Amino acid sequence: MSQFSSAVLPQIGSFALLLALALGAYSFLVGVFALILGGKDSDYLGETARRAGIATFAAVLLASVVLVTAAFTDDFSVAYIFHHSNKDLPGPYKFAVLWSGQEGSLLFWSLLLATYGFVLRLRYRTDPKLFAHASVVIAAVQVFFLLILNFAAHPFAILEGSVPPDGSGLNPLLQYPEMVIHPPMLYLGYVGFTVPFAFAFGALIMKYPGEKWIHITRRWTMVTWGFLTIGIFLGAHWAYSVLGWGGYWGWDPVENASLMPWLVGTAFLHSVMMQEKRGMLKSWNMWLVFLSFWLAIWGTFLTRSGMISSVHAFAQSPIGMWFLVFIFISFIAFGVVYILNFRFLRSEHKLESMISRESSFLFNNLLFVTACFTVFWGTFFPKISEWLQGNKVTVGAPFYNNVAVPIALLLLLLTAVGPWLAWRRTSFESLKRSFKWPAAGALSIGLLMIILGVRPWNDIAYFYSLMAAMLAALVIFTVISEFVRGGQVIQRHTGFSLLGSMLHLYHRNTRRYGGYIVHYGVAIVIIGILGTPFNRDAEKEMGFGDKINIGPYTLVCQSYTQDDNPNFSNEWAIINVFKGNEQLTTMYPERRLYKASSQPQTIPRIWETWYQDLFLVKDLYIVYEGRNEDTGRPIIKAHLNPMVPWIWIGLVIMVFGTITCLVPNATPVRATVPARVQTAPAVGAGD
Amino acid sequence: MSLPKKSLLNRTAQCALVVFALFTFLGVGDDDARFRDLGHHLICACGCGQVLLECNHVGCQYSDRMRNELAAAIDRGDNDDLALQSFVQKYGPTVVAAPSTSGFGRVAWIMPFAALLAGMAGLVWLVRSWRSRPAPAIADGIQPVQGPELERYREQADKETDL
Repeated sequence: MSQFSSAVLPQIGSFALLLALALGAYSFLVGVFALILGGKDSDYLGETARRAGIATFAAVLLASVVLVTAAFTDDFSVAYIFHHSNKDLPGPYKFAVLWSGQEGSLLFWSLLLATYGFVLRLRYRTDPKLFAHASVVIAAVQVFFLLILNFAAHPFAILEGSVPPDGSGLNPLLQYPEMVIHPPMLYLGYVGFTVPFAFAFGALIMKYPGEKWIHITRRWTMVTWGFLTIGIFLGAHWAYSVLGWGGYWGWDPVENASLMPWLVGTAFLHSVMMQEKRGMLKSWNMWLVFLSFWLAIWGTFLTRSGMISSVHAFAQSPIGMWFLVFIFISFIAFGVVYILNFRFLRSEHKLESMISRESSFLFNNLLFVTACFTVFWGTFFPKISEWLQGNKVTVGAPFYNNVAVPIALLLLLLTAVGPWLAWRRTSFESLKRSFKWPAAGALSIGLLMIILGVRPWNDIAYFYSLMAAMLAALVIFTVISEFVRGGQVIQRHTGFSLLGSMLHLYHRNTRRYGGYIVHYGVAIVIIGILGTPFNRDAEKEMGFGDKINIGPYTLVCQSYTQDDNPNFSNEWAIINVFKGNEQLTTMYPERRLYKASSQPQTIPRIWETWYQDLFLVKDLYIVYEGRNEDTGRPIIKAHLNPMVPWIWIGLVIMVFGTITCLVPNATPVRATVPARVQTAPAVGAGD
Repeated sequence: MSLPKKSLLNRTAQCALVVFALFTFLGVGDDDARFRDLGHHLICACGCGQVLLECNHVGCQYSDRMRNELAAAIDRGDNDDLALQSFVQKYGPTVVAAPSTSGFGRVAWIMPFAALLAGMAGLVWLVRSWRSRPAPAIADGIQPVQGPELERYREQADKETDL
């Protein structure tokens, strides 16, 4: 650590944060003033507010760069660096120090918001007045985070006393490659919901005519949703790969906190189509956008207030009250503006039939919001019980499995049925005709599972698995059938090959068919999840040559070995995996002891059985748990988790679908066609 | 000698019932399955917040003991409620992984379904209010639309059908 670094870096960082606060406050206050004032002169004032917003980004970026530099230069005079880094921490994790602790992650939150604001303010020419309103809303949120950073959770606080020679080190749970990606993705999702909210709030204040604001924000919302999806799944993968309990989702409060805005955001992505196409659900969409933003702030509050204990949460701190105040103020502000202006949000059309795309979206929204409420309720019920009854209860997986899973199954059913429904009305006969083959396919899958030994009447978990498999199959068959039927219509008109026609179809409406690809990915994820009731595990103290049998596999302990590096010392087990007499692979589950923090950490090893099982793939998951304190013998725990790899494949498909939704549509070629052609199958049911 | 038709129907129904019962009770009484099931309804008391059978802390002061106690309860022939109740008495109410279905705990289970029902009711009200709105008045002698207005309708149709 150089003298310069120690003396100057924290001051530069502190100054940058103060400057950012001043600029953000200017952007907000002067922006509001300019909007209230109106007229030509206020345009100049508004322009200064816009530029101040851009400058805020530069100041927050400077503060972030300073903090990362302090981590790389081992400046332990900064308390945050001392608590979250050490000299021998590998480079990528030193970079990840930025979001590894309370203060740094708030700075990172602020940086991402400033970046979104920066892009938004650069693109203001699209609609200067609407963008000016959105810019002010973003500035308000920015000021809130900068206030916390400057006065409650300062990342550049100086360590009291003499500067220690080394830091306390990063939490071992965070020393995993995904930790360099997972939080930024999650935060991009959380923070990103501020942008559609800012536009919606701006449109509400302006009584903005038409649906243009929705067109402007559509891509922002899709991108945000995509980031949050990736963030949630990376978190699940991290939990699976690091925590060593063999699962990927534990209904932990902090996991739930990320799920809530995702559920509401997904509801919004569907219902917004009703507003675009039919001018309906305008008020509802306003509230969904607000709720997505609001729940993202709730999630941040949950993680940081210490209100609810979780493996993911930051330490308890006084900033919870700041968040509560902000949550309250934002709710009141939005509520008041809504009450003043809700009349302009009246629907332009009415529901013409219960068998229509509109009604499917209504039910879809009802289920998504109920699912969100269920998660919210389950997360807060322990606190509610404590407040009202004086005793805390646990709300864990059995509660969610019994309450949320049925809702999820209904949603899956709607995912399958929805694409067959046309806007306005669909005849029952047409629905039956379209649905016949996918339904027959799904029933066959169910029958096959029963023949293969799944007994849904023995256990509710098996029943859910069977239903999930059938409904996921229904979704997959529906999506394939939609592509094929639409492709066939194009093929008849153009003479292209079926594949070329399907590609053409996709290019004509990327959003709709991209959405179907997302549905396909969701179905694959569900297939990955439905293996859970069939998980097996075994645990044993294993000396050399000892065996564990799990499913068709035999694990034989060949040896143990040790290693050491400046960051941690570790011990590996060397486990040979056999099926019958054939050796399939060797696995090396590991246990580390991080030197700076003196904390142990297991690194499980996972082997996917693609070559053995293909579609019914399993994860062989081995954990070296450590040594029995009494006998000194190493303990190995093995899990055999069916279908889990499909979850990660499903995510890739979902991300691909989201990206394809963002591709602009190809210009449709108008052709004069005979009248009879217009009665072709309802491939054009809309988004 | 053939059975009367009614008797044949009864016999078929009885057979179906026996087959159903056979399948229903397959696996019931399997102690391992009960251990796994109950073990997933309990939280390890060590404070890790993990389900008892998933607690993976080496040297955990609680998980091994609790697993042994659970196995003993099953061996004793305690039913599920009794086994869980003994854990609640010993380790407190937070040891059970889900709220109870009696007393205040029942509220936890009811609320999501109450919310769903309330939402359904709201949806029905919304749809009825939409449908009860007067349809736009149609004047006599409608003239066919042409020019820009026709183009607007074409665009609307394109938007709604994507054809």
